[in-house]
Amino acid sequence: MFRKLHEPAEAVTVYVEGKPVVAEPGENLAAVLLRQEAIWSRPTPVKGSRRAPYCMIGVCFDCLARVDGVASVQTCMMPVRDGMTVEHQQRRRCLPS
Amino acid sequence: MSKTDLLIVGAGPAGMTAAITARRYGIGVLVVDDQTAPGGQIWRSVETQAASERGDILGRTYQDGKATTDAFRASGAHYEPRTQLWQVEPGYRAFVSHDGKARTIEAKAIILATGAQERPAPFPGWTLPGVLTVGAAQVLLKTAGQIPAKPVWVAGCGPLPLLYIVQLLNAGGQIAGYLDTTPAGNHWAALQYLPRALRGAGALLKGLAWKAILRHRRVPVIRHVVELEAHGSDRIESLSYRTADGREETVSADHLLVHEGVVPNVHVPLGLGCAVEWRDQQDCYVPVLDPWGETSKAGIFVAGDGAGIAGAKAAQCRGALAAHRLAVQLGYADEQNMLKDASCVQKSLARELALRPFLDTLFRPRSRIFSPTDDTVICRCEEVTAGEIRAMAQIGGCGPNQIKAFTRAGMGPCQGRQCGYTVTRILAELENCPASEIGFYRVRPPLKPVTLGELATLDQEGEVV
Ligand SMILES: Cc1cc2nc3c(=O)[nH]c(=O)nc-3n(C[C@H](O)[C@@H](O)[C@H](O)COP(=O)(O)OP(=O)(O)OC[C@H]3O[C@@H](n4cnc5c(N)ncnc54)[C@H](O)[C@@H]3O)c2cc1C
Ligand code: FES
Repeated sequence: MFRKLHEPAEAVTVYVEGKPVVAEPGENLAAVLLRQEAIWSRPTPVKGSRRAPYCMIGVCFDCLARVDGVASVQTCMMPVRDGMTVEHQQRRRCLPS
Repeated sequence: MSKTDLLIVGAGPAGMTAAITARRYGIGVLVVDDQTAPGGQIWRSVETQAASERGDILGRTYQDGKATTDAFRASGAHYEPRTQLWQVEPGYRAFVSHDGKARTIEAKAIILATGAQERPAPFPGWTLPGVLTVGAAQVLLKTAGQIPAKPVWVAGCGPLPLLYIVQLLNAGGQIAGYLDTTPAGNHWAALQYLPRALRGAGALLKGLAWKAILRHRRVPVIRHVVELEAHGSDRIESLSYRTADGREETVSADHLLVHEGVVPNVHVPLGLGCAVEWRDQQDCYVPVLDPWGETSKAGIFVAGDGAGIAGAKAAQCRGALAAHRLAVQLGYADEQNMLKDASCVQKSLARELALRPFLDTLFRPRSRIFSPTDDTVICRCEEVTAGEIRAMAQIGGCGPNQIKAFTRAGMGPCQGRQCGYTVTRILAELENCPASEIGFYRVRPPLKPVTLGELATLDQEGEVV
């Protein structure tokens, strides 16, 4: 688990699997997921093994989640917004070719 | 659709400096970057954090970035944050996406300043939750002000682990231990390049200062680690390591941060069909560039660490040089005057580059990451192991693209950013030939996954796709 060094001066609420969680405007969603007491992770579509954010710069795709109902969002590239919902996703990411 | 003289992709040190320089000539500039604020990797969140307590934790080199973001904001360049480039067609027509909507940009010239990524360094267990890169942990500190809650293990080689350990200690964090994977012979091999490197003594002194801090703060350092493994079922619980002299240990671990250097982000130039070449000293491909950064495609430039790893100062020089050259090409300056302005930038760049042979040799990664054990997952997306790659290669004597077709390695959403080099190196080892003869996956646009919904929005701007 990661912890914040400071008490955020402003706060928004995001819902991680339905649970309200405090987040700070300007930070990205993956940072919030990595602060969860029970480690947040998703099952891979291929073998169902667990994954959590790894690179934080958009090059590993291990931080994918369903955000506000949209699947396969890279949470490390997504700034938090008040009321945002994050859920695990099982579906395979499709690439149009 | 929008039109611009010059499109710059990336607002890190290279892209911002290119924009500032181009604006001085009066060139119309549009900068797109996929982050929320300018700064790139080294200066993530610097605009809001330079003057804060977090800025002090991160140090002077970080805080200094604010001067560049300020100059960039004042330059008159149009800047579009959270906007990602995913395709470029001849002419040039660039395709970008912002908030799930795609659009096109017509540009006379393009500077790709997309930077670097940490080198993929597979070992058994590197996919477990709780294992992150050092760069990832540093991004979390810069952008969210957060650190590992418990003592953290750091494993790797290069300046970034040392810098992050110092920053983490400044922030009141704790290090369980630093598993230094720098190979035993590197120091001796690097010595021959030291005299040249002394031209940039500042950077070397910084490295020595970091090491002194580690000693002073009694960070446990285990040197010459040659093997690393993370264990756990749903997350990392422990790790094992072995040193060159055969010492083995297994210790419990809450988090492990890994780093084995950085490599240029070559996907964009490769996807655009720009020529690349193998650079042995940095164990990576780099785009083929003229002294100004122009690629094999006229009007497309690469600047910054994407042109070959040389650090933020060199990135700024390369950004400036590309803009100087384009000022002449686009008719905003005559060559004589431009050359006068550019000469001091060329000198600064030469000074930065003089450091590289020393640093590259000193921090050359251990060989195991290029030849992982058979049971190591090398393609994180499709979960393909090194053993599966070897088995397939032995049947067919095939190249990276056939390996991709047969094993699915490189077919996932990261498009080979995490397995491309490993596949190349495994094949080179089997064929007993240099990596340069093996090549890399063929990279085709879109350069990042694009949804059908995004593609549909292109129609709304009246374009024929
Ligand atoms: C995770 C990480 C952390 C680092 N931390 C440090 C550090 O603390 N100190 C240090 O000296 N060096 C650091 N480096 C090394 C780094 O490469 C610096 O030398 C410097 O940031 C390079 O500058 P640049 O302008 O070339 O690229 P970058 O700073 O990487 O800037 C490139 C920018 O382009 C954006 N981008 C990439 N692809 C696209 C696309 N397709 N569309 C739109 N935008 C795109 C990126 O998000 C980024 O904002 C780090 C590298 C990494 C990978
Ligand atoms: S953590 Fe790697 S892409 Fe988001």
